Amino acid sequence: MNTQTIESQQVTLQKLTPFYGATQAVQPVDVVIRPRSVTAIIGPSGCGKSTVLRCLNRMHEVVPNARVEGTVLLGEHNIYGSGIEPQAVRRRIGMVFQQPNPLRMLSIFENVAIGLRLEGYARNIIDERVEQSLRAAALWDEVKDKLNHSGLALSGGQQQRLCIARAIALQPEVLLLDEPCSALDPVSTYKIEELLIELKQNYTIVIVTHNMQQAARIADRTLVFMVERTQGRPIGVLVEEDDTNKIFTAPRDPRTEDYISGRVG
Amino acid sequence: MITQATNYRRRKLVDYGMRGLTIGATVLALIPLVLILSYVVFRGAGALNIAFFTQAYEPPVVGLDGEVGNAGGVLHGIIGSLIIVGIALIMALPIGILAGVFLAEYPSNSVATVVRFCTDVLSAAPSIVIGVAAYVLIVQRTHQFSALAGSVALAVLMVPVITRTTEEILKLVPHTMREAAMALGAPKWWQTLTVVLPTAMSGIMTGVLLAFARATGETAPLLLTVLGNNNVSVKLLEPMAALPLLTYKYTDTPFPAQNTLAWGTALVLTLLVLTVNLSVRWATRSRTK
Ligand SMILES: Nc1ncnc2c1ncn2[C@@H]1O[C@H](COP(=O)(O)OP(=O)(O)OP(=O)(O)O)[C@@H](O)[C@H]1O
Ligand SMILES: [Mg+2]
Repeated sequence: MNTQTIESQQVTLQKLTPFYGATQAVQPVDVVIRPRSVTAIIGPSGCGKSTVLRCLNRMHEVVPNARVEGTVLLGEHNIYGSGIEPQAVRRRIGMVFQQPNPLRMLSIFENVAIGLRLEGYARNIIDERVEQSLRAAALWDEVKDKLNHSGLALSGGQQQRLCIARAIALQPEVLLLDEPCSALDPVSTYKIEELLIELKQNYTIVIVTHNMQQAARIADRTLVFMVERTQGRPIGVLVEEDDTNKIFTAPRDPRTEDYISGRVG
Repeated sequence: MITQATNYRRRKLVDYGMRGLTIGATVLALIPLVLILSYVVFRGAGALNIAFFTQAYEPPVVGLDGEVGNAGGVLHGIIGSLIIVGIALIMALPIGILAGVFLAEYPSNSVATVVRFCTDVLSAAPSIVIGVAAYVLIVQRTHQFSALAGSVALAVLMVPVITRTTEEILKLVPHTMREAAMALGAPKWWQTLTVVLPTAMSGIMTGVLLAFARATGETAPLLLTVLGNNNVSVKLLEPMAALPLLTYKYTDTPFPAQNTLAWGTALVLTLLVLTVNLSVRWATRSRTK
C-alpha cells in the first residue's frame, strides 16, 4: 500500500490506570510503544490485556462506569487531554476485535468504504482506497468478484481480514488488534501474520495474543501482564517489557518464565 | 455399556409428547384463524365485482320482490381508509421510531422511564378511549367531524406499538456492531443511522406493519371522529368513509345485498392489510446477497 502520508507514531503510556467502576483493573502501566514495529501483549486470562488495549483508543470508557487515570501520548499529544474528542482519537487509532464483526446489511465494499464515507471522501478516492485496503489485507483476490455481496458471506478468516481492511482504509497511525486470530485456522492466521509484518513498515501495531508462538513470530517487543491479588481482589500488572527474543530466551521475571514454559513447553 | 434402555425410551417418549403438544397447540391456534378467513372469503368473494370497486354508496332500490337491485360499491371506503391510515402512519412513523431509538440508545434516565411507562399505558388503553379523547379534544373544539381527527386518533394508537417494537429490536442489535462503528471514530448519531437502524430494519418494519394492520381495522375511534360519508371524499377536514365503518354499517341493515357488501368490505380490508404487508416486506428485503 502506498502510504507515503501516514506518520507512524510512538505511543507512550504514563501511569495508565483503568478502572471498572470503583475497581481498579490494572496497576499503573508505564511503557513506550515504538513506531513501525509490532508490540505483543501476552499474559493469562483476566490480566487486563484487552482492558489496556482498549484504553489506547478510548474504547475503554464506552463500558458503563469505566474510567481511566493517567495519560496516553500519541506522538506528543495526550489522547486523554481536555478538549480531545474520543472520536478523533479512534479515527487515528484503528482497532480490530477478537470476533470478526463485519457490519451486517452492508456489502463487502461498503464495509470497507463506510469509514471513508464518514470522513466525506470523494467517490473515486473511496473506490481507490477500498481496493488498496483490500489488497493490503490480502483479501482482494478472494472478493473482487463479489464486492456487493454481504460481508457475512465470507469465512471467519476472510471476515477478520475484511475488518482489518476496514480499519486500515482510514489510514490510522496506530493499529490495535485484540486476539485477531483466536477464531481462525492456521492458514488464515498465517495470512494475517504475514499481513501484520507487511503493515508494520507503516503502522505502529499492538496485538494481544494468547499464542506464544505468534508473539515470537511477529512481535518486535513484548509486554507480559500477570494477575496479582491485593486484598483478595485480582488486579493486572505489567511484569515485564522487552525485546521479544529476550522475553522468550532470558526472561527477567520468574513469573514470565513460568507462564511461557507452561504454555510453550 | 450402552444400555440404560429404559431411560432412553423415556426421553424419546417425552420428546414425542412435547412435540405433539406444540403441534397440537399450533393447530388449535390456527383453526379459528383459518375458519374466519375462509368464511370471510366464502361470504365476501361474491360481493366483489366491478361496481363494488368503482361505485360509492347507492341508495337501495327495492324491487317488487323486496330485493335490493342496486347495492352500490365501497370505493369511498377504500379511498377513505387509505387516506386516513396513510396520514396516521405519516404522523406515527417518525414519532414512534425516534422515541424507540431514544429508549434503546439512552435507556436509563428519568425521561426514558416516564416515556416507557406512558407507552405501556397507552398501548393497553382500549381504542374507544382514544376515540373519546379525540372526539372531545378535536371534534368538539372544531365543531367538525373530520378525517384528520381520525388520523390523529389512529396515530395515537400506533405510536406505542411502533415505539416498543423499535426499542426491543434495537436492543437486540449486537454490541459488537456498535463497537465496530465506534472504533471507526463514528459519532453516536451516525452509528445509529448507518449501523444500528439498518441492522434492525426488518424487525422495525414488523412493528410498523403490526401497528398499520391494527389501525386499519380499528372501528371505534373512527365512529367518533371521521363519522363516515356516503360519497367519495378526499377532504381532510370533512367526514370521510372508511372500510371498517362500512362493514359495521352494512352488517346491520335489513337488505341482504348490503349485508353481502359488508362481507366484501371485510374481505377487502383483509386483502389490503395483506398486500401492504407483502409489498413492504418486498421493498425492504435485504439487498445484499
Ligand atoms: N465490563 C467489565 N466490567 C467489569 N469488570 C470487567 C469488565 N471487563 C473486564 N473486567 C475485568 O477486568 C479484568 C481484566 O479483563 P480483560 O478483559 O482486560 O482481561 P484479558 O486479559 O483480556 O483476558 P482474556 O485473555 O480472557 O481476554 C478482569 O478481572 C475482568 O473481570
Ligand atoms: Mg481479552
